[in-house]
Amino acid sequence: MSVTAERVWEALAEIPDPEIPVISLVDLGVVREVEVEGERVRVEFTPTFLGCPALETMRMAMEQQIRGLGGEPHVEVIQDDSWSTDRITPEGRAKLRESGFAPPAPREAGPPTLVQLQGTGAAFRCPYCDSRQTRLENIFGPTPCRSIRYCESCRQPFEQFKTI
Amino acid sequence: MPERRDLDRLLEVADDELILGWRDSEWTGIAPFLEEDVAFSSIAQNEIGHARALYELVARELGTTADELALDRRPDEYRCAPLVELRRLEWARTIARHWLYETADEIRIAALKGSDDPEVAGLAAKIDREEAYHRMHAEMWVDRLLATPEGREKLREAVEELWPYALGVLDDELRPRWVERVRARLGFDLPDVEPVTREQHTEELRELWEEMTMVRRSAPAGASW
Repeated sequence: MSVTAERVWEALAEIPDPEIPVISLVDLGVVREVEVEGERVRVEFTPTFLGCPALETMRMAMEQQIRGLGGEPHVEVIQDDSWSTDRITPEGRAKLRESGFAPPAPREAGPPTLVQLQGTGAAFRCPYCDSRQTRLENIFGPTPCRSIRYCESCRQPFEQFKTI
Repeated sequence: MPERRDLDRLLEVADDELILGWRDSEWTGIAPFLEEDVAFSSIAQNEIGHARALYELVARELGTTADELALDRRPDEYRCAPLVELRRLEWARTIARHWLYETADEIRIAALKGSDDPEVAGLAAKIDREEAYHRMHAEMWVDRLLATPEGREKLREAVEELWPYALGVLDDELRPRWVERVRARLGFDLPDVEPVTREQHTEELRELWEEMTMVRRSAPAGASW
């Protein structure tokens, strides 16, 4: 059975995010394009954060999946602004929320501001109890992509995806 | 292919980010409180990620690798500004350096976003999205320090000490705009001094280099684990 772009997408959708395994690389939106020419499979991969330590692991996992289909992987890392947290799929967002991560607020033309982060916008709803009474605890969190918030209603700290 | 002059400019940014990332990481485990331990560790990780991406871009043009650029040069070959070399494990100085650097970096990255080279412009746009969080963090701390007479005095002393170094981050073209912004935000009298330039490396860079390149130098064929 020959390699097709469709089979490659399916195989990549089986790879969990190394740091947030509830969502896949396809849910995360980091696979921008797949092109197949004979056995040669070219994947355009857009990093989340440039310093994310999981990038190399993601790349190796993609290569392994493509080899498993009998393809010759060429993973091209695209270091521009084309990945945004807006590319996380609706399914990915739902899985994040179920696992206690608040998904990111939509990207705006300019970068987010401290005033927005310190506010109680709809995107900062508590993933446990859905309350909007949450506050910013720390802009930074356990990985570059997350902030820490605290829910005043159910008194739980939770992780919020930063908007990029 | 970008001209040599542009590659030099990208190397300046990359070296600044690498060395500052290293300095920021020195707070890991010992910051005054846990939130800042997490913040400076995360900022360090981002800065080193930016350095790597910039080195990769430059390395492709020069026919070398990011690791060779980051770790195989002699200390006097680095293009970093002495501001990022300083080892200042003291909070007001750390915040002053962080804010001075991030505000200068914002102006420089904005200029790179307008580059004719789409790869440079694209990478600068990505870096800027991440740096927005560093700037927010630095501004939040400057607000806190300016809010009390004691904090304000500590910040003023730190800025005064770092000022000649901070002036060395931007070139003559971009510097005046930044100085105006600093004056407007802090309201301090800033000393009239000459910038410490990128050629005037400190002894602290040498010490950092010894540590940073130790593994690389002890295993020239490549360390693996």
